Amino acid sequence: MKLTLKIWRQKNAQDKGHFETYEVDAHEDMSFLEMLDVLNERLIRQKKDPIAFDHDCREGICGACSMVINGKPHGPLPGTTTCQLHMRHFKDGDTIWVEPFRAAAFPVIKDLMVDRSAFERIMQAGGYISVNTGSAPEANSIPVPKPIADKAFDAAACIGCGACVAACPNGAAMLFVAAKISHLGLLPHGQPERYIRARKMVERMYLEGFGNCTNIGACEAECPKEISLEHIARMNRWFAKASLIEEG
Amino acid sequence: MKIEWIEGRTLDGKVPPGPLHQKWQYFKDHQKLVAPNNKRKLEIIVVGTGLAGGSAAAALGELGYQVKCFTFHDSPRRAHSIAAQGGINAAKNYQNDGDTIYRLFYDTIKGGDYRSREANVYRLAEISLQIIDHCVAIGVPFAREYGGYLANRSFGGVQVQRTFYAKGQTGQQLLLGVYQSLNRQIARGTVTMYNRHELVDIVIIDGQARGIIVRNLLTGQLERHGAHAVVLATGGYGNIYYLSTNAMGSNVSAAWKAVRRGALMANPCFVQIHPTCIPESGEYQSKLTLMSESLRNDGRVWVPKKMDDVLAIRNKQKNPRDIPPEDRDYFLERMYPAFGNLVPRDVAARAIKKVCDEGRGVNATSRAVFLDFEDAIIRYGKSEASLRGITNPDPNTIRKLGKEVIKAKYGNLFQMYEKITGVNPYEQPMTIYPAVHYTMGGLWVDYELQTNIPGLFALGECNFSDHGANRLGASALMQGLADGFFIIPYTISHYLADKIRIPKTDTNHPAFDEAEQRARQRFEKLLSVQGDQPVEYFHRQLGKIMWNYAGISRTAESLLQAAENIRALREEFWKNVFIPGKIDELNPELDKANRVADFLELGELIAIDAYHRNESCGGHFREEYQTPDGEPLRNDDQYAYVAAWEWTDTSNPPILHKEPLVFENVKPSTRSYK
Amino acid sequence: MNAIAKFLRSPIGQKWIMALTGLFLVSFLIVHLSGNILLLLPDNGRTFSAFVDWMESRWIIRILSILLFLGFTLHIVQGILLYRYNRKAKGARYAVTATDNSTWSARHMALLGIGILLFLILHLWDFFFPMKVLKAFPHQQLYDEVVQTFQNPLWVIAYVLGMVVLGLHLSHGFQSAFQTLGIRHPKYTPFIVAFGKWFSILVPLLFAIIPIALYFKFS
Repeated sequence: MKLTLKIWRQKNAQDKGHFETYEVDAHEDMSFLEMLDVLNERLIRQKKDPIAFDHDCREGICGACSMVINGKPHGPLPGTTTCQLHMRHFKDGDTIWVEPFRAAAFPVIKDLMVDRSAFERIMQAGGYISVNTGSAPEANSIPVPKPIADKAFDAAACIGCGACVAACPNGAAMLFVAAKISHLGLLPHGQPERYIRARKMVERMYLEGFGNCTNIGACEAECPKEISLEHIARMNRWFAKASLIEEG
Repeated sequence: MKIEWIEGRTLDGKVPPGPLHQKWQYFKDHQKLVAPNNKRKLEIIVVGTGLAGGSAAAALGELGYQVKCFTFHDSPRRAHSIAAQGGINAAKNYQNDGDTIYRLFYDTIKGGDYRSREANVYRLAEISLQIIDHCVAIGVPFAREYGGYLANRSFGGVQVQRTFYAKGQTGQQLLLGVYQSLNRQIARGTVTMYNRHELVDIVIIDGQARGIIVRNLLTGQLERHGAHAVVLATGGYGNIYYLSTNAMGSNVSAAWKAVRRGALMANPCFVQIHPTCIPESGEYQSKLTLMSESLRNDGRVWVPKKMDDVLAIRNKQKNPRDIPPEDRDYFLERMYPAFGNLVPRDVAARAIKKVCDEGRGVNATSRAVFLDFEDAIIRYGKSEASLRGITNPDPNTIRKLGKEVIKAKYGNLFQMYEKITGVNPYEQPMTIYPAVHYTMGGLWVDYELQTNIPGLFALGECNFSDHGANRLGASALMQGLADGFFIIPYTISHYLADKIRIPKTDTNHPAFDEAEQRARQRFEKLLSVQGDQPVEYFHRQLGKIMWNYAGISRTAESLLQAAENIRALREEFWKNVFIPGKIDELNPELDKANRVADFLELGELIAIDAYHRNESCGGHFREEYQTPDGEPLRNDDQYAYVAAWEWTDTSNPPILHKEPLVFENVKPSTRSYK
Repeated sequence: MNAIAKFLRSPIGQKWIMALTGLFLVSFLIVHLSGNILLLLPDNGRTFSAFVDWMESRWIIRILSILLFLGFTLHIVQGILLYRYNRKAKGARYAVTATDNSTWSARHMALLGIGILLFLILHLWDFFFPMKVLKAFPHQQLYDEVVQTFQNPLWVIAYVLGMVVLGLHLSHGFQSAFQTLGIRHPKYTPFIVAFGKWFSILVPLLFAIIPIALYFKFS
């Protein structure tokens, strides 16, 4: 299949950036990134600068790949990362626009690569359970009701790719932060720090310059792990309780 | 063309005295400790942030050491441990099915085909209990029963249910738990995290590992970091096969730099081929995707008995659904009735290759077999119907209910399969084929996980220690976490106890100058070639050589061929590789070239190791050494040792050091899963 | 009290202000509609005028109208602040924008809000301003003024359009307020969402019927 790619090229953070057009011949069983590999190999053979993009596991779990394909983070398929998107979902003759994840808190490093280190700092603000190695009680001593464990798992499925931020017209990171707050705060082991965690992570989120949620829902629709807005409601509730009621 | 090596010395694994089940206790009782106020003065470098590195950095930070942690990813959470699907073993015996620490130990030794160190494996089995406790405490949402207690499932090579899991994303959930613990230490200031930094050399002062040189991948700048000890947890080298289930960035370079500085590479030929991966679809294929071993709990592996059916399926004239049961060859169940579809990975992989070599592969490339869930869907459907009180359910209801159960157990794997292949595995059997998955070989370490270079430790897949010649499913996660959370905090203090008077490493020491110079020259040399072929070309060629001549099965002849071809390819690489861009900028092609250059050396060593080991064991199958019915033939008299290779200079033959493997508690026997 | 102030200054707190004022304004819509609906009674405005009379003579209504004014102001000012904050947080825009991952109204709440504000100015200019500020007519004449205003078809169209905009704003805003306040439960949220949907259709529809009916009744 013949495709026209309009790919965002930007030398570095300071560069203004522009779209460049490439014609490629793709096979329908290729993944989107394999299609870019083939293009890059061609560019290298032509002694041109290959397109920089983050990627690693290529099985939809590491969360490294990050690009917006035709206006959608990770492309047109629901519940799918770019690396798992296969070309059979495009048609011969299609024009595909490829852009980096956009948000003020995710500055472009080069081409399609962005700096998502703001997520790291949010996690460091409280995205953990404070337990030292060696002090854990016997695993089965605290039963966790299956529905709670399942809900915590659904939130924990977040791969930290940042598609929620990329999809959000407000550049908000609420779904990412809420998923972590929910995952840890729902489990009995994480409950002692439930409120302080919510407060610290949310405060850090704002310091990093992420926008504010207006419940648009694009994040949920584009999330490759289909994480629910339910977690954002829970975060709003816990953050309010942390600010207004909880001591300390 | 010939393969040469030089015989070296006998290595001591420093196994503590006493009976097997008291060795670890003995070590802990007698090891040297570092007082809290002194821990603050000691610096430790941890390279890699997967389960082993991340947990080591977190645990050492908790103790109060000053830890510097490095990863080439943009976040510690992206390490490839994240992709492990099926589960983690622990001898908890929650199922009351007869599991014990000894049994986990025994299964692991036997599964590893008697090529691992007894004491290490026993310690691993002991620690498995603590790992589950700790992981639950740090917030890993393991699967649970309705009563709220932890659920288990079974994995290959064992007859008990001891695998803990979180859907098909156990690795992800464990790594996130580790990452969270790591974040806590970063917040406390005990761990300094360096993302997008890759190790390019190791600095040795007075024979001890005292620092590393790293490349800041965003700027290309080389940086010096000193410490009192260096811990490598940089994963395995499966990516040498180009197509593997490893991530694109997985590489051997950190471990290989250690080898070039004098560390020993142990058993590099022990490579695990995973039987159930999604088959290759074309030349552009960049990696292969694993379908978890847990699927073999419920999936049945088969090919048609008749060649007509095989051809009809390949040409899409026949739907595999329409082949009647009597015309199907459920070959794993036929060949290994006791374990059936749940035989260990190496056994399953060879069986699949065998039926495909017979010409019965079921896809266009003839390299695929079916993994079929139809029977499980019906079985679960019936039991679910009876649970819900539906009497005389019709076949559609049964299938619907059965699919729901399968979806709850393996939903994300089925979804992943459909995304990649475009085929719905609830309706059509999956097609699978073996692919390189894990490397049992790695840096040689003693009982304390220390390499032969004092102060240089290796954890997780990066070392060779626990899995022998074949790893059992759900054991890699266990080993990574055991090494990082529960072993290195003890053994490193034993090492550091007499280093408390040594001041912080001076990074202006001539050894740092020399190492940085060496690293810079290497990058300059890579860039100066300015040939015609991209790095990818060489990696792909190397992968083909490795797979064809040193893959699922090998012969002395094929290995000679492999070594020869690799040497030629290496020469061509240094003459004809083309790397765009400059040294002092973000340059992923340069990073990749640096890694592939190391693979081009390791590949030859794998061939040498496989050639020298005149036996078949675990993942290493030499066609010359098999029983009349095609089972591997081990040679315990001559090869019950760890082959630890010294190869600091590729222009001279490597030196073979041996650590004899002593089995005091289990008697090596022929592995039989029949 | 410091805790409350701090919370309300935090971005989630600011969302709470939007949600709480929004729900307050929704409750006002119900009161307003229950008065307006009297315009449709076939009694030449007798009941309506009596209601206006009653309203005018109650202190509580005076206080509520001040609260209402504050509510509107807060909702508008906070909305503008959030809009500016979010524009800045998004930074550069995409060349291609996906539209199938969210509703149009969810993405354009600020625009719809401006639409409602314009309508509100028009509406106050018609009735509130001349009656309460300029004292151009006593409140007993309000019915006649209303009837007269809606003899102009352009005015009718403007009011109907205003209600369409209001409906779209509510269609997202109603359930969004509950989400912001953290009121979400698998057993009850479907009801809130459905209620919000019907509310955002029915209330503006009933409002819009009034000028249309008055236009046809007296022309």
